[in-house]
Amino acid sequence: MNSKIPEIKLSEEQTGKWGMVIDQDICTGCQACVAACAMENNLSFVGEVDAGYGRSMHWIRIERFWEGEYPEVKMTPGQPMMCQQCGSAPCEPVCPAFATVHSQAEQLNLQVYNRCVGTRYCANNCPYQVRSFNWRDYVRPEPLPNQLNPDVTVRRMGVMEKCTFCIQRIHKAEDKAKSEGRELTDGEFTTACAQACPANAITFGRIDQPESLVSQLIRKHGHGVKHLEELGTLPSVTYFKGG
Amino acid sequence: MSDQNKPSVQGTAGHHDHGEEHFREKHLLLDPLPRGEMNAMVMESMQTTSWRFWLVFAILSAIVVYGLFYKWGVLILKGQGEAGVMRPDYWGIFLVNTVFWIGISHAGTFISAILRVFKAEFRRPFTRAAELMTTFGLVQAGFSVFMHMGRVWLAYWLFPYANQRMLWPNLHSPLTWDLLAITTYLLSSTMYLFLPLIPDMAMARDRSTGWRKTFYKILALGFRGTEGEWTHLRNAMNIFAFAIIPVMFSVHTIVSWDFAAATRPGWNSTIFGPYFVVGALHSGMGAVVMVLAIVRGTMKHMKYFIRPEHFEAIGKLMLIISMGWAYFFFNDYLVQWYGGDKWTKQLLHFHEAGPLGWMWFAMLVFNVVIPWSVLWNHKWRSSPWLIFFVGLFINVGMWFERYIIIPVSVTINRMPFTWRLYEPAIEIPMSIGTLALFILLYMAASRLVPLIPVWEVQEGQMAHKLTRFGRKTVVTVSELE
Repeated sequence: MNSKIPEIKLSEEQTGKWGMVIDQDICTGCQACVAACAMENNLSFVGEVDAGYGRSMHWIRIERFWEGEYPEVKMTPGQPMMCQQCGSAPCEPVCPAFATVHSQAEQLNLQVYNRCVGTRYCANNCPYQVRSFNWRDYVRPEPLPNQLNPDVTVRRMGVMEKCTFCIQRIHKAEDKAKSEGRELTDGEFTTACAQACPANAITFGRIDQPESLVSQLIRKHGHGVKHLEELGTLPSVTYFKGG
Repeated sequence: MSDQNKPSVQGTAGHHDHGEEHFREKHLLLDPLPRGEMNAMVMESMQTTSWRFWLVFAILSAIVVYGLFYKWGVLILKGQGEAGVMRPDYWGIFLVNTVFWIGISHAGTFISAILRVFKAEFRRPFTRAAELMTTFGLVQAGFSVFMHMGRVWLAYWLFPYANQRMLWPNLHSPLTWDLLAITTYLLSSTMYLFLPLIPDMAMARDRSTGWRKTFYKILALGFRGTEGEWTHLRNAMNIFAFAIIPVMFSVHTIVSWDFAAATRPGWNSTIFGPYFVVGALHSGMGAVVMVLAIVRGTMKHMKYFIRPEHFEAIGKLMLIISMGWAYFFFNDYLVQWYGGDKWTKQLLHFHEAGPLGWMWFAMLVFNVVIPWSVLWNHKWRSSPWLIFFVGLFINVGMWFERYIIIPVSVTINRMPFTWRLYEPAIEIPMSIGTLALFILLYMAASRLVPLIPVWEVQEGQMAHKLTRFGRKTVVTVSELE
């Protein structure tokens, strides 16, 4: 190895705090995470027409591709794709209104719905294309309004939204630990998608703590991939495939 | 400028030879009319309004009311879902129009500031027509930006205003740079439009009655034409002419940074700044010849002021700018291709071989092949109607160019799962509405503002003389300004 290339030292902010590992080999592509996310985070139902035109509102999606030419085609393993909670996020500097900001406490990319004016620059600049825009005020048919999660804001027309790593669950667990006068333990809570995954393909936890389950998994697999890492976005989600 | 300095045309009119006659017929600045007569011509062209004008005016007003205001209301009430934008094409025709109209607005400054600074004499009769395009084009660009916003009623959050939460706009965002640049350009170009207008307003004030008199009286700011006033005016115009040139170049460079600073393949190109500036001048000059051809064809006395020599001169500029555009287009393409990024390569292939490949080829034909094959010929580029169509093709071609850069390019991104082609919806009537509003504003201005800067033409005519040396007649120029 050429020793002249300096090693990039990431600052504390750039390594991130919360992270996720996704094992694509055991993902069945069942979309349970998509449904659980929609329920947890009060996502709108955009309807058949808009969904067919690429306006579906999902904070997580399962990507599948064909490989090879007909008739020798093969499906790629399911690839759950959500906000990668980049350490150096391209969406953040481009927002003229400071609606897309980096949180110092949680080391996550936050979307401030109230502050969003809908220029959609963040979504344009997101290399992962994981941001959803409220193209209309979508109607929730009865009795779906009864299912709304009171911990999560209901967004209105004209604002951008995206995966938050279930920040409401993070806060709830942190508050509980604080009131009981103890540190938050690994695995005490998890995100809606990880909770719903029947194959346990999604694991959520602290990537900055070496003994947490996510850090152990990353070490054990050893061949984790971060998407579009070459852009310098420092994503917090690690994918395992073909192991 | 007093009446005594007026060139004594009447005295020599009887006995100039055939050569002089030819010169006078060809060049406006060698064909002086008495100042009173010229002023009366401009006033008359402003006040003569035929029923055809009102018919077009009414049709355009209807289009503006329906296409712009009604449809915009629908868009605001029902949301951006009415437009064709979706993932991954979050930016659509509204931003294509923004870039297009800012491009149109560049010609005004180019013609009146750069040609003024370089003392290009042919500019004199049409600086105002071009400056008006700048201001009205920027109005359309502003409208288009606001149409694009998801929550336009909160647009004031983008302005740096004092507020309780001490929140300022994000100065890291190219959109904030854009807003500052466009606002600066709008304000400075409006002032630059107004300064040379003051003497003409005073001229119109002295020659009108009724509400027009009040209108011109207010706008003339009490201009009387004293030596001191002229000196101040000239100083102010000189400062503005030099100061507005960097503003003009910076505006479109900053507009290009909206794209160049983003991480998308096809946008992340360092050559975008000059490429956009040249593109803006290309479409702007095309729009100027179109406006001049229409003004010459429809307004009274305009055949005296706007002559084939002017189309010929602009045609030469258009040819050069078209070559510059072709160079930067090729440069942009080459550098992106050579960069070797696999998504960019896919995108470049998609540009020419995708479903909108016809647009890519049409862009090259309209922007390069048509101007190059027409404008090289002296006779052809002197013909107002031929050059009108060249300008039309250039503008369509430049609109296509922006369409390819924005909605077509964002189709291809690094997540192939989301690839999807943009289909415009409510954008189409709203774009037609913006175009109609531009023409409407221009038509209204042609009734209220002297489209010809009379004093500039007269000044040029005073400086240019035909002098006979022996058997030869040559054009001599006394010192200007």
